[in-house]
Amino acid sequence: MDWTAILLTLKLATIVCAILMALALPIAYWLAFSQWRWKFLVESIVALPLVLPPTVLGFYVLVALGARSPIGRLWIEWTGHPLAFTFEALVIASILYSLPFAVQPLASSFALVDRTLLDASATLGVNRLRTFARVVLPLSIPGVLAAAVLSFAHTVGEFGVVLMVGGNLPGITRTVSISIYDDVQGLNFASANQTALALLIFSFCVLAVVYSLIRRPWSVAAIS
Amino acid sequence: MTLAVRLRKRLTPHFAVDLEFTASAGVTILFGASGSGKTTVLRCVAGLLRADEGRVAIGDLVVFDAAAAIDVPASKRGFGFVFQDLALFPHLTAQENIAYGLSALPPHERNTRVAKIASAFRLESVMLRRPAEISGGQRQRVGLARSLVTDPRVLLLDEPLAALDHDTQSRIIEDLRAWNAARRIPILYVTHSQREVFALGDRVIALHEGTVTADGAPEAVMNAPATDAMASLAGFENVFDAVVHQRLESAGVMRSRIDGTAVDLELPLGFAREGTIIRVAIRAGDILIATEPPRGLSARNVMPGRIVALVTERAQVKLTVDVGIEMHVQITPTARDTLGLRVGETVWVILKTHSCRVVSAR
Repeated sequence: MDWTAILLTLKLATIVCAILMALALPIAYWLAFSQWRWKFLVESIVALPLVLPPTVLGFYVLVALGARSPIGRLWIEWTGHPLAFTFEALVIASILYSLPFAVQPLASSFALVDRTLLDASATLGVNRLRTFARVVLPLSIPGVLAAAVLSFAHTVGEFGVVLMVGGNLPGITRTVSISIYDDVQGLNFASANQTALALLIFSFCVLAVVYSLIRRPWSVAAIS
Repeated sequence: MTLAVRLRKRLTPHFAVDLEFTASAGVTILFGASGSGKTTVLRCVAGLLRADEGRVAIGDLVVFDAAAAIDVPASKRGFGFVFQDLALFPHLTAQENIAYGLSALPPHERNTRVAKIASAFRLESVMLRRPAEISGGQRQRVGLARSLVTDPRVLLLDEPLAALDHDTQSRIIEDLRAWNAARRIPILYVTHSQREVFALGDRVIALHEGTVTADGAPEAVMNAPATDAMASLAGFENVFDAVVHQRLESAGVMRSRIDGTAVDLELPLGFAREGTIIRVAIRAGDILIATEPPRGLSARNVMPGRIVALVTERAQVKLTVDVGIEMHVQITPTARDTLGLRVGETVWVILKTHSCRVVSAR
């Protein structure tokens, strides 16, 4: 089993998951509550990674982060080394790739929160930001957990984007799925088998957790 | 402190709320059928819905003025609102729900105020339970307490007692009255229940299709319904058309004929001219029944008819008598038994002139 790859993958997934949650909360809130008529365009952009082949996404990210792009040049100015084929590039690509998996569960649980509760909060003198923290978020805990778990798990399982943006540098960008691919290419089936089995069990556990969370702790329907 | 409201809000191409009223301290009832615009008025006053035109002010404080581009957000108006479905926060206990609007206060003061209102609304025993774990009446009290504990400038209530039984309604109404006796703020109370109008109101504003059709003391408004919808809401079971054929100004009455029949009816003198069709409303409980032609009677309207239906509901007997039109009459079971009333029998329907209300002239 490739422990370096496993640890690197967990590190990547944790960082991506944390950044994604901070990013996805405001996006999901806006998607759930905005009445802007062109909102569906933003929804489509957020959902793009669901349908795009990972190689396409990876290709565009690679171009956007390359040494000739504005982002790539800025990065070289700041850090002295190029962004492509680094761990940081992997984090950026993974955030884009897993964005819909964080935004969509959040947006759908926000949208389920009874609007009269928000009106009630307003008439009690509480502004929208605090209403979000005190009413919307607590009533959306299953959605928040589902978003966190799904974006973590989706990052763990990515392959195409990682290969395009990060390549295969042990300890830097070689994640679990790439390690398995590498093992198979090198006819090292025993190691591939072990890592694959670990990933399978992990994925099952994640899904079991998500499905158990979909049951809401407070039955809103019970309140007439 | 007086609440002054002038609003115009178009909801659909065919329906707009367009009205003006003031409400001083005490309970003002907004009474009307569903779809009359009551809730829209309340939401505009609260700032949850933006009116197209108008002005809302409490004393000197203007919270909305379309012309001056003033629109204070709901969270800054200090107007309490109790929702029809209460909108209690399901994840918070009764105590946390009540304390919700007090987060700006120091904990000590917050606790004191919550404890005080919990005792006024008899909620001490359920403070640690969530809304799903308490009864409907208790939830109602939590909803009221949650709004009142913030010391609102105005209290807006949207059919808050609709789902409760009469006893519980009465007790909550008493608690609300007692609470407001000390504070004297304007309370706007939306309802379509005539019972609540009489139990609560110092004053009733009747709404119909987005406009004010009557405004005054509960007795005055409810006994002189201005429209069909109001008549049926105010408990007038008989509503029918009649043609005025003679005005007797000196006697203060007018003679009319029930439309499509040969039945004459004497009505209190109204503005209707001879020949116009008017709408008449009569309460089923205001009609008397006799089994023989009555004599020496002060009532001016006596009509023979045949009983076509006789239904007993709880302690009331509802008769339908065909006098040319079907007239609904309400009597007691004792009266039914004493008179030996049966379907098919001929009876005399007796109506005082002033039991007949003219709802509208066409």
